[in-house]
Amino acid sequence: MKPLRSIALISILLAAFAAGPARAGVDPLPFANRDEEVRFQNLTRQLRCLVCQNESLNDSSAPLAADLRRDVFEQMRDGRSDEEIKDWLTARYGDFVLYDPPLRGGTWLLWFGPLALLGIGAIAVAVTVRRRSRIANAASATCAPPDSGDDW
Amino acid sequence: MAPELGQFALILALLLSFAQCVLPLIGAARGNAALMGVARPAAIGQAVFVALAFAILTAAFMTGDFSVAYVAQNSNSLLPWYYRFSAVWGAHEGSLLLWVLILNLWIVAVATLSRKLPDDFMARVFAVLGFVSFGFLLFTLLTSNPFARALPVPADGHDLNPLLQDFGLIVHPPMLYMGYVGFSVAFAFALAALMGGRLDVAWVRWSRPWTNVAWAFLTLGIALGSWWAYYELGWGGWWFWDPVENASFMPWLIGTALIHSQAVTEKRGSFRAWTLLLAIFAFSLSLLGTFLVRSGVLTSVHAFASDPERGTFILVFLGIVVGGSLLLYALRAPKVAGGEPFAAVSRETLLLINNLLFSCAAAMVLLGTLYPLIGEAFDLGRISVGPPYFGFLFVLLMAPIVLLIPFGPFIHWRSGNPRVALRRLLPAFACAIVAALAALLLVRGQSWKAYAGVAASLWVGIGILLYALSRWRDAPPGRRYTPEMLGMIAAHFGVAVFLAGALIVEATSIEKDLRFAPGQSVEIAGYTFRFDGVQHADGPNYSADQGTVHVLRDGKPVAELHPQKRVYTRNQQPQTESAIDPGLFRDLYVALGEPVGADGAWAIRVYVKPFVRWIWLGALFMMIGGFVTAIDRRFRALPRQETRDAAGPLPAGASA
Amino acid sequence: MNARLLPLLGFAAILALLGFGIWWNQHHDPRAVPSPLIGKPAPTFSLPVLSDPSRVFGSEDLAGKPYLLNVFASWCFACRDEHPLLMREGKRLGVPLVGFNYKDEPGDAREWLSRYGDPYHVVIADFPGDVAIDFGVTGAPETFLVDAKGVIRWKYISPITPEVLTGELLPRIAALQTEAP
Repeated sequence: MKPLRSIALISILLAAFAAGPARAGVDPLPFANRDEEVRFQNLTRQLRCLVCQNESLNDSSAPLAADLRRDVFEQMRDGRSDEEIKDWLTARYGDFVLYDPPLRGGTWLLWFGPLALLGIGAIAVAVTVRRRSRIANAASATCAPPDSGDDW
Repeated sequence: MAPELGQFALILALLLSFAQCVLPLIGAARGNAALMGVARPAAIGQAVFVALAFAILTAAFMTGDFSVAYVAQNSNSLLPWYYRFSAVWGAHEGSLLLWVLILNLWIVAVATLSRKLPDDFMARVFAVLGFVSFGFLLFTLLTSNPFARALPVPADGHDLNPLLQDFGLIVHPPMLYMGYVGFSVAFAFALAALMGGRLDVAWVRWSRPWTNVAWAFLTLGIALGSWWAYYELGWGGWWFWDPVENASFMPWLIGTALIHSQAVTEKRGSFRAWTLLLAIFAFSLSLLGTFLVRSGVLTSVHAFASDPERGTFILVFLGIVVGGSLLLYALRAPKVAGGEPFAAVSRETLLLINNLLFSCAAAMVLLGTLYPLIGEAFDLGRISVGPPYFGFLFVLLMAPIVLLIPFGPFIHWRSGNPRVALRRLLPAFACAIVAALAALLLVRGQSWKAYAGVAASLWVGIGILLYALSRWRDAPPGRRYTPEMLGMIAAHFGVAVFLAGALIVEATSIEKDLRFAPGQSVEIAGYTFRFDGVQHADGPNYSADQGTVHVLRDGKPVAELHPQKRVYTRNQQPQTESAIDPGLFRDLYVALGEPVGADGAWAIRVYVKPFVRWIWLGALFMMIGGFVTAIDRRFRALPRQETRDAAGPLPAGASA
Repeated sequence: MNARLLPLLGFAAILALLGFGIWWNQHHDPRAVPSPLIGKPAPTFSLPVLSDPSRVFGSEDLAGKPYLLNVFASWCFACRDEHPLLMREGKRLGVPLVGFNYKDEPGDAREWLSRYGDPYHVVIADFPGDVAIDFGVTGAPETFLVDAKGVIRWKYISPITPEVLTGELLPRIAALQTEAP
């Protein structure tokens, strides 16, 4: 049980340090203009802090997050695209660092599952509506009194 | 002495919950009135003992009894009294006791307000609720005893987590639990209906007010959580799609589908299977949420300390309760679709689409929340699923609903006239388009979300006002508005307000990290922020660096903000307390970072957030709608009437 | 009957997944981020030596033989848990144990080593943390096993325990040493 206890210890300590303090990772960087600043914020909001794992890179106050923010900023200055910067990060930290799960083999279910469910559901709804409306048409053909349908 | 009494009270409550579960169930099956009659007294007795236990725990906190381990872990002699009170539910054991207490409050309410309903049905309702209470009390006593002693007695407690030393903790969990737990009533009604074979619409009519009230509380609880996170966590966000946020949102989505589906089943007899399933799912998702938060299966800043033993217990309990109810559904659900037929264009169809979309949204949130786990199970790699996923798919799934909401009241039951509805709604459509174009011309360069927010909000808002107006014009005086209708109007209006807030703030919010020397000022969005240095300030159990930021607009002072960087005495944890100037049309938000340089300069984060309060304002309107709907007298129809209505042909599969 | 069993079946799947989650949590560190660098070449690096910052030591000096890189720091509480084991076993591992001092003040690091002991073949200091980022380090302690060709073969996050040592690390070192150069 020792390894688990140590893991628990680290987790608790990390949690105490990482999850406890409410500190925005306030990091003034020398942006050239508003567009660069917005691009940086949008990009770092899509990236996950690896230490405080429930904050984005934009908001985390962890030292590693500050380092990575600086790296992202420098790469932006070097003219790298968002994709290239994300690739640089995933090469080192894996897909875990992306809050936007990449579309690849392992995430097919994630990205297409809900829409597939919607599609199947839509078909079921259409079938149900067709069935009920056929009964409704038949019923109205036999002169059921039209109700205002607005009885509250 | 008292803590042991509290534990004893819980044991007594456990025994009574067992009695409440088993005896009425047998009584209902055998038609034995005496056994059925055990339900209400057992329920009230149980509630008394749970309340007693809760009171004893609260007293332990208020008096600072650190011999109780839970108090020692979550309180401190310097903790102000109002936080000592809320610290009772500040961590796992106590919040679980709060859960049980609130469940018992609901049970007592049901016991008091349901005397006119049939005995056998109510006996089964109490049995189900008793079982849930039994499970949670057993869980508390076996794995999460809040009354365990700490020996040797520590001189002082660890203190409540500074993040929780806030008004938010006083209100958010109780309101959230009122909602979460409240869905157990609809759940119990659904199971009682399935058990008794009574699958006509009566049980739905009885359960509607309970469900609407629970939904209203859940809406309030979620809104409070969002608002609290916004001002407390310092990063200016109001929703992060964190696993624990999702855990509360999924029951809300299914609950929204449920309250609409119940309306259809009650009025038209249709969608009985949907309503049964949604009632089961709403509470199941509440239980799932409890599991996710306390088992440690998902990392979240919100999660309580995890423990595989606790996780396993809840999982088994979840399996029994949800598995059992879904099995009951599979065996007893109506085999034949009941209810009045309806045309392709009808309110039924719209609400069927509503059911589908909200269910898909809940399924999507569940999938995204559990996907990291799926990734581990099937070796797909360590994947993170965050706002880019949830936000995108949620908007996609909700877009059709936003487009269709205004049609709901204008398209009649059974068969609606689309042309008439379109004509009636034309002003709303026109306003939406015109306003969005005007916004596009006046406030250029914003994201499309801002303009979409204006259009969507006006479409829904004016749409519902047009309906309210048409009722005023067309309906006979005295029968213009029922509470149910008023509730619907308020809630749909709330949706419009929420849409404006959410979309506009997401599109137009400004965030800047700045290095401020004392006396320096910066202009953002027409506001001038001037930093006037940092002084020392002290609180009851912390010491702080307090900054002063003056905000001006056109030279005139607008606000004086005092963001703080606190260090709590007991555990030396630093914490930012941001300063906000709230406004109906914008929030000004300042948070201190770190001191930089020797000249007294600080790194400071400034936000300007237009329309952010509309998010919670919209939620409040929705909540009001839920409460108002519930007071409609039609739901309190006499049981004589119900049994007569119910004497009609029952679907196959019903049994006596 | 079929359609009405679907919800139960769906729920059973979710239950199984959650049960797996509990089991998985007990055997893994949920916060550990698995490294994408396993099987990839370790980053080339050249860092000042802690005891003599005018000297540098880097991947070149380690080329041709496997080595173990142990990330530690004086601010890391868990490293104190791991350190006694490294002190005991460090010399007997069969491969050089390189200490990687991560984001630490040199004075603090030296003081920590003198207090808790220095089992390392050499200690290099990455105060800015850039090389650590190239290694995908997220905190301390972390341990990397690099083979003779400079490819990262194994990474362990959290303190190395006797079970991990005998169960995972030593067998891997043995396997590396029998590999053809």
